[in-house]
Amino acid sequence: MTDQNKDRNKDQSPAPTPSRVHETSSRVQKTSSRVQPDEVLLRVRGLRKSFGRNVVLHGVDLDVAPGECVVLIGASGSGKSTLLRCINLLEQVDDGVITLAGQDITDPRANADAVRARTGIVFQAYNLFPHLTVLDNVTLAPRRVHGRSRADAERAALAMLDRVGLADKAPSRPDDLSGGQQQRVAIARAMVNSPELLLLDEVTSALDPELVGEVLALLGELRAEGMTMILSTHEMGFARDVADTVCFLDAGRILEQGPPSEVLAAPREPRTRQFLSRLVS
Amino acid sequence: MPLRPDGASLTDPWRPSPTELERRAYRRARTTRSALVSATSTIVVGALVGWLVTRSEGWPRVQETFFSWDKAVDSFPAVLTGIWLNIRIMVICGIAIAIIGMTLAIMRTLRGPIFFPLRLFATAYVDLFRGLPLLLVIYLLGFGVPALRLPNVPSSLALWGGVAITLSYSAYVAEVFRAGIESVHPSQRAASRALGLSHGQTLRHVVVPQAVRRVMPPLMNDLVSLQKDSGLIAVLGVVDAIRAAQIESATDFNYTPYVVAGFLFICLTIPMARFTDHVAKRQGWHGSGGTL
Repeated sequence: MTDQNKDRNKDQSPAPTPSRVHETSSRVQKTSSRVQPDEVLLRVRGLRKSFGRNVVLHGVDLDVAPGECVVLIGASGSGKSTLLRCINLLEQVDDGVITLAGQDITDPRANADAVRARTGIVFQAYNLFPHLTVLDNVTLAPRRVHGRSRADAERAALAMLDRVGLADKAPSRPDDLSGGQQQRVAIARAMVNSPELLLLDEVTSALDPELVGEVLALLGELRAEGMTMILSTHEMGFARDVADTVCFLDAGRILEQGPPSEVLAAPREPRTRQFLSRLVS
Repeated sequence: MPLRPDGASLTDPWRPSPTELERRAYRRARTTRSALVSATSTIVVGALVGWLVTRSEGWPRVQETFFSWDKAVDSFPAVLTGIWLNIRIMVICGIAIAIIGMTLAIMRTLRGPIFFPLRLFATAYVDLFRGLPLLLVIYLLGFGVPALRLPNVPSSLALWGGVAITLSYSAYVAEVFRAGIESVHPSQRAASRALGLSHGQTLRHVVVPQAVRRVMPPLMNDLVSLQKDSGLIAVLGVVDAIRAAQIESATDFNYTPYVVAGFLFICLTIPMARFTDHVAKRQGWHGSGGTL
């Protein structure tokens, strides 16, 4: 991470903006008091993951500071989704260590459910539960995992839905919503637990440009509030706007890493140049 | 790509790190410990139950009446001949039930006013035969039809018993198939119709294959149930496994033949259940991956 980025993070940590006077931001502040600003929230070292003989990640190293927004770019199959799934312990890694706020979460003695409860993930295909209403989708984890009362969970969920502009859709079923609305509900479902780290896996890939806009605007706001995020995307314009660090993945390795002004505007690696030149952004 | 025993390829220089080796050792140890705990608890509970049962006062009498080895050997040939009839009924009825059940299910899912009579027939059929007790249908057809002495109508009891079972089971299986057909997402029909396939082709090549996979577990349930209910035709006097056991035990009030028959029924069911699990797992059917 460059000095410029560190300064940006320091600027953001104190003095909450008016929009942070919010149900969720209280936990975000708690988190930031637990983790020192200069400390690394997530550290990935030598991460390796294969499916059968197909080695998807070939030793990935990555550091994410609190409040940082890391954007993963790369072709389909380069390992972006697998990296995110490994960080959320949805996959068991073959080798390497991932530490979250100092805790080795790849240790088999770590409680995977407890770790997952501290991170949020949003999937490309939303993965909302179709048999539950929007409100029940959002209150499921607060009530069943975090032990909050129904009234308390619903208050938090409605606040979060209001935040993503969908408070009026609380009694609807996911199938009655548009793709962009479903994805915003999925983000609300992840955010309502006040995660220390939010993982977003190509959250706009299934959406049309107009709907992409509404989701990206929401992510921009979360980023401005100091949410730590790792997201994979094919939206280079969005990556340029929102990223502190851009990582270019190729064949399971982070080939190039740095601020968007370097990686996107003036890539060093020929492979990165080749990838970017094929995109119309 | 050639692989070494530890899973790394020859061309890939990766070797597991000490951290990873330690994690693997820990996971292995944990698996071993869980296996030991479950094995120990199984043996302890089994031994305890066995000890309590064999020590109890009435055990010798129970053993003599239900688990007499000599009686089992004596009655085995008769019961085995009987179960052969059960197997034949199960296979023939099973095929007939699958065909009739699927036909009824498709009739019920047809859209459009032209098909109203078919829908009405299928609905009425299912309502009727799901509502009637199987035993009643067996008595009605098994005793009723041969008693009419109609010309050119066979009077075999086993045949009419089989017809009764088929009529009744088709209604249940039709509902299982219908649930499967309706669970296939409309987008699948849309994709198929968009390719130019007709309604019938869509059903045949897209909807029904997915539907059948999805309802495989409940269908197997019905097949196992059918296997056992094939014994109900014993009430007509047909000598199947249960009837044979009854005859064998009638002479000396020793119930071991029933146990033998029960054992044979279980021997039929268990391999079939494992086989279905295996097929479902191999084909990667969603929602039907069998586990032990």
